Amino acid sequence: MELIDLSLIWAAIIAFGVMMYVLMDGFDLGLGILFPFAPDEQARDVMMNSVAPVWDGNETWLVLGGAGLLGAFPLVYSVFLPALYIGVFLMLAGLIFRGIAFEFRFKSHRSRHWWNRAFCWGSAVAAFAQGAVVGTYIQGFETQGFVYVGGALDWLSPFTVLTGVGMMVGYALLGSTWLILKSEGYIQQWAYRVTPRLVLAVLAIFLVISFWTPFIDPAVWERWFGHLRWIWVLPGLALACMVMLLWSLKRRHESLPFLATLGIFLFTYLGLLVSKWPVIVPPDHTIWDAASAPESQLFLLIGVLFVTPIILVYTAWTYWVFRGKVRVGEGYH
Amino acid sequence: MELDPLVLSRLQFAFVVSFHAIFPVFTIGLASYIALLNGLFYTTGTQAWERLANFWTKVFAVVFGMGVVSGIVMSFQFGTNWSNFALATSNFLGPMLSYEVVTAFFLEAAFLGVLLFGRGKVPQGVHLFASVMVALGTFISSFWILSANSWMQTPAGVELVDGMFQVTSWGEAIFNPSFPYRFAHMVMASFITGGFVVAGVSAWYLLLGRDVDANKRALSMCLWLLLFLTPTQALVGDFHGLNTLEHQPTKVAAMEGNWETRSGVPLLLFAWPDKDAQENIVELGVPNVASLILTHHLDGVVPGLNEVSPDEQPPVWFVFWSFRVMVGLGFLMIAVALAGLWLRRGGRVYHHRGYLQLLRVMSVSPFVAVLAGWFVTESGRAPWLVQGMMTHSEGLTPSLTGGMALFTLIGYVVVYAVVFYAGVYYLTKVVRNGMTILDEEDEVDEVERPKRPWSAAHIPFDDGPAKVEG
Repeated sequence: MELIDLSLIWAAIIAFGVMMYVLMDGFDLGLGILFPFAPDEQARDVMMNSVAPVWDGNETWLVLGGAGLLGAFPLVYSVFLPALYIGVFLMLAGLIFRGIAFEFRFKSHRSRHWWNRAFCWGSAVAAFAQGAVVGTYIQGFETQGFVYVGGALDWLSPFTVLTGVGMMVGYALLGSTWLILKSEGYIQQWAYRVTPRLVLAVLAIFLVISFWTPFIDPAVWERWFGHLRWIWVLPGLALACMVMLLWSLKRRHESLPFLATLGIFLFTYLGLLVSKWPVIVPPDHTIWDAASAPESQLFLLIGVLFVTPIILVYTAWTYWVFRGKVRVGEGYH
Repeated sequence: MELDPLVLSRLQFAFVVSFHAIFPVFTIGLASYIALLNGLFYTTGTQAWERLANFWTKVFAVVFGMGVVSGIVMSFQFGTNWSNFALATSNFLGPMLSYEVVTAFFLEAAFLGVLLFGRGKVPQGVHLFASVMVALGTFISSFWILSANSWMQTPAGVELVDGMFQVTSWGEAIFNPSFPYRFAHMVMASFITGGFVVAGVSAWYLLLGRDVDANKRALSMCLWLLLFLTPTQALVGDFHGLNTLEHQPTKVAAMEGNWETRSGVPLLLFAWPDKDAQENIVELGVPNVASLILTHHLDGVVPGLNEVSPDEQPPVWFVFWSFRVMVGLGFLMIAVALAGLWLRRGGRVYHHRGYLQLLRVMSVSPFVAVLAGWFVTESGRAPWLVQGMMTHSEGLTPSLTGGMALFTLIGYVVVYAVVFYAGVYYLTKVVRNGMTILDEEDEVDEVERPKRPWSAAHIPFDDGPAKVEG
């Protein structure tokens, strides 16, 4: 009937958008989580300045992903949001507070410590909520037909608390390696000191989650211990990235730690996708069940294909303009 | 007491959307005004236009930022509280709402940065072009949103198959019967809002004797605009009302407080509609005028609320009074614009302290009128979420409990109170600072990005030196 499967294209677009979001907003949320542990106020200035030009652009992907889901896979939208009702509220409140804090911290003097707190708590809550979303996705949703019928706090379980904390620690690792890349002197030294501890914490939590997941969802067990041997490459690559990260920290590399951390996230994310594919609203609904009408998907696709390259070019340009180190007492001018 | 998730969700949506609406209503009008100012500066080279454009661009940046923050929540509300509605309408509303986001991102990436930070860095013509494109972009954004809303009022181009709306004609769905009227009415409202805010702030500066030349120009310009816009809006509103009469007669009956279908309906100036009794407890009206307005005949027949059963009637008193607030303020605005024309003789308009004070106060009036108007059109549709096809209770999230809805309602009120307080506090700082350019050393050290529009307003949030720590 259809010449091309629009649901497949849309699944790729959404997966790409979510990945962009996690990788990019991850490090600036991570800096917020690390904020209270920073050596001094000067270091906090540098941390914030290092993401100031890019953080809001990073969140573009969240909004684009949300809008894309409503247009292309409305079932995801209409099951995830009711199921994660409280979590979604906490995430939005966290993102709003840290967004406001970002803007006003630069403009304030006496009230600065309040904005510091808002930035830290907002980032931590948002990161936890996002991790809990991932955990809930693994756990699955109680649905009847196309309607969520579970309770308000079904999403909160020991497993999702663990994924929430895991996301916080993971984002903190992205933040600390980003800081190694963007800072120098005593701030960079501090980042070098905290990073190995974060790596160990991430490794521990990721291992527990990885071993726990197949027991939660039999389909995941089947996927990993069935006939698809090649997918073991993904966790292998994630571990290789972790080894490379530790090695590059010892050698005091500046950019490799961040790249290696991106690799850890990327391969873990791909591992999660292949665990669930093609189910998008676990345990039962596939991307084709969740899809909107083909004409609707096509109509929206035109706009998204038009605007995505522009956003990508713009993003790349921003990162290019603001490349290099952020120095103490200096914004970008 | 039983907590009703339906009532709480409607309350929450009303709160969030009302709070959000005040920002775009202002920025849509202001964007066009800034484009006009930049155009005037481009063609005449008069410095006053440039100073005005720079000042209002700062205000625009702050208000735009607040609109974005409050708008993000909106896009999740459909799913969290109205998931049945979101799923059922997704084939049409999904792409429409997503296109709004796509438009906004395109705008930010391409033109907002040039408008906010480009003055002196790009050729003047490019800057003017960017400001025109930003203004155009705000219209395109409202195009999608208003089309989506209008479709909920007057659904067209769809058929309901197994509980899902399937689009049969995109053209008919997008350009549904009430859309042109709503769009025109809303664009006019945005212009009037922009006009009254600029006039009010200019009046305030004139009272203080600050930047007299530029503010005289701004005030004069706004008063001419308002003199033309406010009566035209009354006319557009009338057409909009006739369109509503055709497609949503029950809403019009509620607006008029008219319970029975009859001829020679009076225009009620005051009444207390009682839905339980299905009549007005007291009423004071001008005979036959409602019939005249709605049918253009003194004894034309106007449909009443009794055409539908009481459970298909909207909350009548709320619609009735919201409508009177909107229309009352509309006529007040026309009167103020006319008074401005009268005071122009001998240039008294720039010195008459009473009138300038009045303008200051009037800058709030369009916001109230716009909200009242939305209350009319949204509650007037009740109990329908999609007129005649889906009710509020059918659209509600099935798993939602009263407790959950109450939790987030309180949560959003708290979050928005903080955002609003900080935003308005900061906006006041920007306006107090006026059109003076800050000294270099007072400049706050920051990175200017269009994704962070507040970085365009280089004004400190609080006073006093930075605390030395560590």
